[in-house]
Amino acid sequence: MNPSAPPRPITIAILAMGGEGGGVLADWLVDLAEHSGYIAQTTSVPGVAQRTGATNYYVELFPKSGSRANAPMPVLGLTPVPGDVDIVIASELMEGGRAVQRGLVTPDKTTFIVSTNRVYAMTEKIALADGRADSTALLEGCRTAAKRLIAADMAQLAEATGSVISAALFGALAGSKALPMQRTAFEAAIHRGGVGVKASIAAFGAGFAAAEGEIAPTKAAAPPAAPSSALSPLMAEADAYAEPARGIIRVGIERLVDYQDIAYARDYLARLKPIAETDKKYGGGSGHLLAETARELALGMAYEDTVRVAELKIRPSRFERVRHEVQAADGQIVEIAEFLHPRVEEIADTLPASLGRRLLNSGFPRRLVERFTKSGRVVKTSTIRGFLLLYAIAALKPTRRRSLRFAHEQKFLSEWLRTVATTAASDIALATEIATTRTLVKGYSDTHERGRARYDTLMQMLPQIMTTADPAATLAGLRKAALADDTGTALAAAIKDVRALPQAAE
Amino acid sequence: MAERSFKEEVEKLKLGDGAEFHGEGILAVTKALLQSGVSYVAGYQGAPISHLMDVLADANEILEGLGVHFENSASEATAAATLAASVNYPLRGAVTFKSTVGTNVASDALANLASGGVTGGALVIIGEDYGEGSSIMQERVHAFAMKSQMWLLDPRPNLPSIVRAVESGFELSEASNTPVMLMLRIRACHVYGRFATKDNKRPVFGLKDALENPRRDLSRIAMPPMTYIHEKDKWEKRWPAAVKYIENNRINEFFDGEADDIGIVVQGGLYNSTLRALLLNGLADAFGESKIPLYVMNVTYPLVDKELIRFCAGKKAVLVVEEGHPDYLEQAINTILRRADIQTRIHGKDVLPMAGEYTGAVLREGLRQFIEKTRPDLRAPAPPASEVAPAHQQTAGAANAVNEQVHGRPPSFCTGCPERPIFAAMKLVERELGPHHVSADIGCHLFSIFPPFNVGATTMGYGLGAAGASALNIKAGKRAISMMGDGGFWHNGLTSGVGNAVFNKSDNVLIIVDNGYSAATGGQDIPSSGAFNAIRSTKHPIEQAVRGVGVQWVKTLTRTYDVAAMRDTLREALTTTESGPKVIVAQSECMLNKQRRIKPLMRKAVERGERVVRERFGVDADTCTGDHSCIRLSGCPSLTIAPNPDPLRREPVTKVINSCVGCGLCGEVSHAAVLCPSFYRASIVTNPSGWDRFKARLRAAVIGFLQRRIERKLQAV
Repeated sequence: MNPSAPPRPITIAILAMGGEGGGVLADWLVDLAEHSGYIAQTTSVPGVAQRTGATNYYVELFPKSGSRANAPMPVLGLTPVPGDVDIVIASELMEGGRAVQRGLVTPDKTTFIVSTNRVYAMTEKIALADGRADSTALLEGCRTAAKRLIAADMAQLAEATGSVISAALFGALAGSKALPMQRTAFEAAIHRGGVGVKASIAAFGAGFAAAEGEIAPTKAAAPPAAPSSALSPLMAEADAYAEPARGIIRVGIERLVDYQDIAYARDYLARLKPIAETDKKYGGGSGHLLAETARELALGMAYEDTVRVAELKIRPSRFERVRHEVQAADGQIVEIAEFLHPRVEEIADTLPASLGRRLLNSGFPRRLVERFTKSGRVVKTSTIRGFLLLYAIAALKPTRRRSLRFAHEQKFLSEWLRTVATTAASDIALATEIATTRTLVKGYSDTHERGRARYDTLMQMLPQIMTTADPAATLAGLRKAALADDTGTALAAAIKDVRALPQAAE
Repeated sequence: MAERSFKEEVEKLKLGDGAEFHGEGILAVTKALLQSGVSYVAGYQGAPISHLMDVLADANEILEGLGVHFENSASEATAAATLAASVNYPLRGAVTFKSTVGTNVASDALANLASGGVTGGALVIIGEDYGEGSSIMQERVHAFAMKSQMWLLDPRPNLPSIVRAVESGFELSEASNTPVMLMLRIRACHVYGRFATKDNKRPVFGLKDALENPRRDLSRIAMPPMTYIHEKDKWEKRWPAAVKYIENNRINEFFDGEADDIGIVVQGGLYNSTLRALLLNGLADAFGESKIPLYVMNVTYPLVDKELIRFCAGKKAVLVVEEGHPDYLEQAINTILRRADIQTRIHGKDVLPMAGEYTGAVLREGLRQFIEKTRPDLRAPAPPASEVAPAHQQTAGAANAVNEQVHGRPPSFCTGCPERPIFAAMKLVERELGPHHVSADIGCHLFSIFPPFNVGATTMGYGLGAAGASALNIKAGKRAISMMGDGGFWHNGLTSGVGNAVFNKSDNVLIIVDNGYSAATGGQDIPSSGAFNAIRSTKHPIEQAVRGVGVQWVKTLTRTYDVAAMRDTLREALTTTESGPKVIVAQSECMLNKQRRIKPLMRKAVERGERVVRERFGVDADTCTGDHSCIRLSGCPSLTIAPNPDPLRREPVTKVINSCVGCGLCGEVSHAAVLCPSFYRASIVTNPSGWDRFKARLRAAVIGFLQRRIERKLQAV
């Protein structure tokens, strides 16, 4: 700071979300300042925002030595003024973006401390597919706006040290050296706060190091295990393809062997072969059609049925994953209960095709089964009884190929592949979009039925789609609309908007 | 008991002469009340004055020691009517509420109080919830002061000024027999600062003296012919008395400046932001030394003509810094100057916006324009455009880059909130019976209007959910649904909503959310709270009150998380042939307060080595297909998304994070809506008993044996 310039307050804005401890951070700051010869003022606007909404705190510090003897106290501000904020701290990446949007971060002045973790907004979470904001763009905006950007995943640093994000952010603030106080003064403020001191100091240290540019060591990923001898020939076949298809096909093979058996994975490769040839012929070497089809085909063949769900739920790796996810410590016992709701349809699906069909078309037996499946079931997989139930269902795996659902799915996939292949000859881009559109068919019960219905609608529209200026883009747009809401409003509107090329243009 | 405990802060209320208080503005007000010898305090909670109520509740012992009576009023109307004690007796009393919503509710009592006038000092502490982060409609409390003739204090937003305003507020009230409103903006309520304390004062004349020596004075009762006398008295006696007090005690402040041909008239509450704007325009230093003279109105009603004339005389132009609209002050100042034939040009809303909060940025720009128009020679030397433009461009470019990526983050139900399943059930009923008209209320349940629920058409005020559906009371194919919280129910909903529906033979459906607290305002107790409260009477069931006013069809559900029961009850209420209002009382404790209550208990139990079971939910990523239906029926902060671990899939999977409190909604929803089998509930047993360990060993043996077989099969391929 220029000693001859008149004294000015240090201005700090904190953008957080309700319940994240933005207030604790502001309190530490005030305590730090008051013990370092500063006058501190803080204010906030919590209101209803404290219930998970965006909330902000504003702090001003003024050096006491700067106050003349017997002179009035400095007049400190209550709102951050764009262009006049020295330090902005954002507890989450989108909140960092919000600070930029509000103009609080300026390139001539602002040290910008941003935690890069994401706490997704409701609009991002409720999308039927992927509604996430672009983190790269957010971070880039933060970097452009600031004089200096300090960005790290403070939430992760906090979690790793068993503390809260405010402590890591306080550490990053200390590490940024944007304030003239020493590290020990910062730590003393945490000690005086007296709550969760040990963990807070650890998180503080991690934040400090992150601000100084130390990157926490990341665990190296384990090298993939070599395929068993039985799988080797299949993998060799996959390796004959070029990327991006090769990697996807390898995963596809593993998935289908795991899902059913080696023969099923062989089926997969066999079904891909004509697509690969079509792609080679019309695709111009990009391999996109093959890659998309390979990805969707693997997902389609490994459809979610009761057998698959049961099988995945009882695996030892799953038991370990649950323990890890709920952060169970040694000595704690973890019991697992599943929320299942098989309906008569799912039961019929699992039965051999003829029997399943008969059940669905029956009168009394169907009603009887429906009565018993009216409400959901809670199955405790960690008990012997619950485990055995799922174990028995999983044991039906060898009968899957004879089941009603299997017949339906294979027919569906064959038709889809046929459409992809025939379209490819005239319009490879559209064919690739058709391949991707299978993604609409996913999930269980209502979700599955709704997705299937929308898929069918789009496939029936193909002749009309082909008359538009850019059929591939039209289909992509319609697919996006199909994933926009539950009610189908967006899709209906998008369908209305599909316009054929004007005749004159042809 | 409230969400936040002030046991520590309460100690600060005991500080005496020569000590220094450090803390929030609203707590400084509490201390100032005790220093002023207040006899009674009452109020209704709401941001930003909830902390004032909470700290008083926690300080009840100190208050009793000083002979101060404290009430949690049933509503703002009750609070305002409480001031009746100061009409005939020399008792100082203060009430507090959120404005303007609280002032609306209180206006009947305030108008009566102001008409007859007061003997003891009557102070109304107004928490002004205006501007950024406000939860209410944007209006000015100034209008209430004018219409009922109450004085309006708007002190500078620092603790010494706020404390002085409380003290002089009582004196002003007594000097002019008029109730006084002390207005504090939200940031001033929450501002952290310090002031030198004085000893607390016991009231000289106590409530006991009043009760045992009753007095009445017909001339103070608002009834003709006295009301006509009151109206004259207000103008002829009380107004001049007030003006005299304000002048003599220099409540408003004059600050000199070298550029004395112009000046700024500013509401006290905007002083700091105005000074910052001056500083940023190079016209003041950080200590409030301004080049432009200032007249700071710490009292914004009544205006003191003489002071305004003195300030404006000889100046060619004056800027009025007045937040909100209509521009009452600017109009009044123009009138005062016209009558005195002073030619000073008044600027205000021509350079400052008519509506919206006057933040530092807004004032900086308004002030720049004022200087431009009146004293362009005072303009700060602008840095060369070649320096400014690229920086501005950079800032604008960055803002543009993030604009599309920044989503709104409106408030929402907390993790595990018991109100969420009510709306999940409502969405499920909607699937069967189609959408219904939903009349919303005020309270956390109003968050239903945002995604993911998007439920609720109107809100007409606290406790007025059912009243808001009154007109929609005819025979039709569908019924209207109204929401009401337990807070709003006891505030007025019992009569305005339930009693009204009975009397007018409404067929509509009312859901009363009974979560045990006035939750949205910070978890204060109300008559139906389940908790024991040493200084209040609780545990009065809502169902009894509802039946008491004549409702026949009442169903109380004691666990809102039972989505299927909730759905079935709502469906029945919407379809039953029984006539009359259908009331569903949906009970489950506010999770925020429940967690605050049980977390320390659980921690202690674990430390004592007792068996403790914590439940939470999880999602199996390998069966989740990334459709997020479950989130659309919940919206819980703990229920979020994560990158899909499956390289074949692109959509993010649903994930439950560790903040999950295991409320059970995820499981109930996946059952009731037949969603997917991905949810699991994990029960984590700490300090397991011998029986637990035996069971676990047995299970591990059998399940482990089978799992090893699975493992071998998987490895075979």
